Amino acid sequence: MTRRSALPGFGPALTITLVWVSLIVLLPLTSLAVRPWELGLMGVWHSITEPRVLAALRLSFGAAALAAVVNVPFGLLVAWVMVRYRFPGRRLADSLIDMPLALPTAVAGIALTALFAPKGWIGAWLLPLGIKVAYTPVGIMVALVFVGLPFVVRTLEPVLMDLPLEAEEAAATLGATRAQTLRKVVIPALAPALLAGFAAALARGVGEYGSVIFIAGNMPMLSEIAPLLIVIRLEQLDYAGAAALGLVMLLVSFSILLLLNLLQKRMGVKIR
Amino acid sequence: MSVELRGLRKNYGRAAALDDVSLTIRDGEFLALLGPSGSGKTTLLRTLAGLEFADSGEVIINGQPMHGVPARERGIGFVFQHYALFRHMTVARNVAFGLEVLPRGRRPAASAIRSRVQDLLDLMEIGNLGGRYPEQISGGQRQRVALARALAIEPRVLLLDEPFGALDAKVRKSLRVWLRQLHDRMGLTSIFVTHDQAEAMEMADRIAVLRGGRIVQVDAPETLYAEPVDSFVHEFMGESEKLQCSVIDGLAVIEGLPDAAFATDCPKGPAIALIRPHEVEVLPGPGPVRVESVHGNGPIRRLRLMLAGQMLEVLKPEDAWLPVAGETCNVDLARARIYPVERAAR
Repeated sequence: MTRRSALPGFGPALTITLVWVSLIVLLPLTSLAVRPWELGLMGVWHSITEPRVLAALRLSFGAAALAAVVNVPFGLLVAWVMVRYRFPGRRLADSLIDMPLALPTAVAGIALTALFAPKGWIGAWLLPLGIKVAYTPVGIMVALVFVGLPFVVRTLEPVLMDLPLEAEEAAATLGATRAQTLRKVVIPALAPALLAGFAAALARGVGEYGSVIFIAGNMPMLSEIAPLLIVIRLEQLDYAGAAALGLVMLLVSFSILLLLNLLQKRMGVKIR
Repeated sequence: MSVELRGLRKNYGRAAALDDVSLTIRDGEFLALLGPSGSGKTTLLRTLAGLEFADSGEVIINGQPMHGVPARERGIGFVFQHYALFRHMTVARNVAFGLEVLPRGRRPAASAIRSRVQDLLDLMEIGNLGGRYPEQISGGQRQRVALARALAIEPRVLLLDEPFGALDAKVRKSLRVWLRQLHDRMGLTSIFVTHDQAEAMEMADRIAVLRGGRIVQVDAPETLYAEPVDSFVHEFMGESEKLQCSVIDGLAVIEGLPDAAFATDCPKGPAIALIRPHEVEVLPGPGPVRVESVHGNGPIRRLRLMLAGQMLEVLKPEDAWLPVAGETCNVDLARARIYPVERAAR
């Protein structure tokens, strides 16, 4: 700690960082962690093990994970095209990718609902096939894929830009087919970034509220997400119950992200 | 394996990267492609490997036309300037790559691959580095890994793109000798790109000098040095002193030396005489040449002479007759080569 460094400022920088992180992140989270216990241990237990709560949690994390799984390959494809090819309208496409970030999520929700409702442009085509998207868990996934895409694309783009073309050419001169080159050279080099993109999309999906509640239909036990349940509890002035659910989401999310982070670090060690 | 290039042309937009390149590389030959940056040497190498495609012309390897044959089927070892190692694989996995991607029927057993890789690493004198990652080894070692990886597929031809470009002078020197010995021992046919004439002279059987996408001259290093076909090659192949002269009736007369005339087939008019610093004979004066300075205290002295307003640098061994600064003397430029004046921008 007291070693001399050519880059001074470690002390003040660390102090400010710690204070800032405490104030912005740790303090609110602490208050969240403290709040539920006024219900008592059993009260908290009952509050978070209600079947409706468990279903909502399962849905929130499940849909977010599935959406992230969908977003990784397609995000990779989009990032690949944006980085490797020059085509007319590329800049336009590039700004379109950011739209889900810039748009108020409620707007996205309304738009998607209109599209997938039984009378919407796409919904009307799907209905005769027996596929219902709006007001079902499938709709939730559609919304989460929508909001998660930019996270995957923007995480992968810089890594793809750094990926030397020469490595792929080397693979070709060594006799590898294009598929082998992708599988053995490109994807492994991208693995940490793919995982990071997955984590970002997952985190976004778990926390997403605005776009989902419009398309989900919000039927308890079927298409009701956990964040909505928190809002419902707040409206019923059940602050402690809302906090209890919030705490559970916090703990689950934190463990997942920590795990992904560790996994990514282990991959990174091999490469760097 | 022999390699033959016939009339290769390639344009990038308006600029010609390859301009009617024809060249035959003999089986077992070590050929250097030498030229300044932008002369098309890397493009030529990549075209050979199937990483780029000529607009017209043919690449023929061992009698087989390579038209339509993708890079992975050409059986060519390619060593990239920046090695292009796979960063997420160990050194051993890098070297094994070319064997592991073989179709199942032709792929050796895992144990065979392992021993083959170890043999190659031993051959490259890096037998103990198999478990490391490329980031964990030095530049010279990476170069050897890249070479081992290229050789693992038993290539018919080995192509090297500025293989020592990123290494420091000392490592370069030792690798040169080593690579040339490796080439001879393994009976390879090698083509390597460089912009360093000393490197090319030291390693190659023949050197092809490129300029503006054209091959200007292909010859053994000694011939190239002694009989350059034009002033560009002369200046590129080593230190050159340039003097203005004029040609009348097949005789070149250097400015300031009216009594000496050299036979030449250059056309009538202004021309230039090029001579290497050690080829100038210095004779006791008095004469038309003024001695400006005599430098150096090793075995070689560097003389700066003035001849009719033109500076002439001369190298002489210390035991030769040497003038002193300030006196005048004579020079004999009989070994000068006369070239027509270059038209600007060719």
